[in-house]
Amino acid sequence: MVTNQAGLKRNGVQDFVTLRATAFIMTAFSLYMAWFFISTPTVTFEIWQGLFASTGMKVFTAAALVSIMFHVQIGLWQVLTDYIKPVRLRAVMQYVLNIIAFAYMAYGLFVLWGV
Amino acid sequence: MKVFQNFDVLKQSLIKVLQVTVVKKQRPVNLQLNTISFPPSAIASILHRISGVGMFVAMVFIIWAWATALNSSEGFDLVREVMGGIIGKIITIGTISLLIYHVIVGIRHVIMDMGHWEELKAGNTSAIVSFILWAVSTLVVGVVLW
Repeated sequence: MVTNQAGLKRNGVQDFVTLRATAFIMTAFSLYMAWFFISTPTVTFEIWQGLFASTGMKVFTAAALVSIMFHVQIGLWQVLTDYIKPVRLRAVMQYVLNIIAFAYMAYGLFVLWGV
Repeated sequence: MKVFQNFDVLKQSLIKVLQVTVVKKQRPVNLQLNTISFPPSAIASILHRISGVGMFVAMVFIIWAWATALNSSEGFDLVREVMGGIIGKIITIGTISLLIYHVIVGIRHVIMDMGHWEELKAGNTSAIVSFILWAVSTLVVGVVLW
């Protein structure tokens, strides 16, 4: 039992819930963006910037960006553990891909901050 | 008598070992994917993974386009120009198509989490319905954005 706890074990229940909770946020964001593009006849720079200038939209976008990172972390772990058998290669790939996922999120937040 | 009993036990266990080795040897070492038939539910599953990984790669383009268009008026015009080109259109429509697929099959997945469509027939039917919804919505998005 002790060795089990000490290993690099993941919590399946938490992964399950996180995957779906983040999926819900991203789906809501996608639908909102789709509605924005459908309901706006011509998207100009002012309208585009105005959309992300409001605090509410900033929070929504930040939630979507953070969701992308967590969702990618779990999803890529699932895919990598199924297809990449060598442990070291998988660990390196997971490390690099998770850094990229983090970079997407961090870059997005900094851009959002500046609007 | 004891010796004979022991011999019998030995014989039995020897047969067991032989059976196990034979069974193990008959197992295929590698799954030959081209000889396995993929039902619609299996195709839905693998495409869900492919679309997810695809979007992760496409995020470079999405984040770039989103950020550049937000940063300045010139950036906005640049993104407009890039997305108006043939490659830009293919990436844009392709990414939206991946997103639509991932969301549709993701919703199907959540419905299955709740205990519906778990039988063989219902699973395959819902997979085919997902494919049709995906194809139709991709077609609509493609026609509108091209």
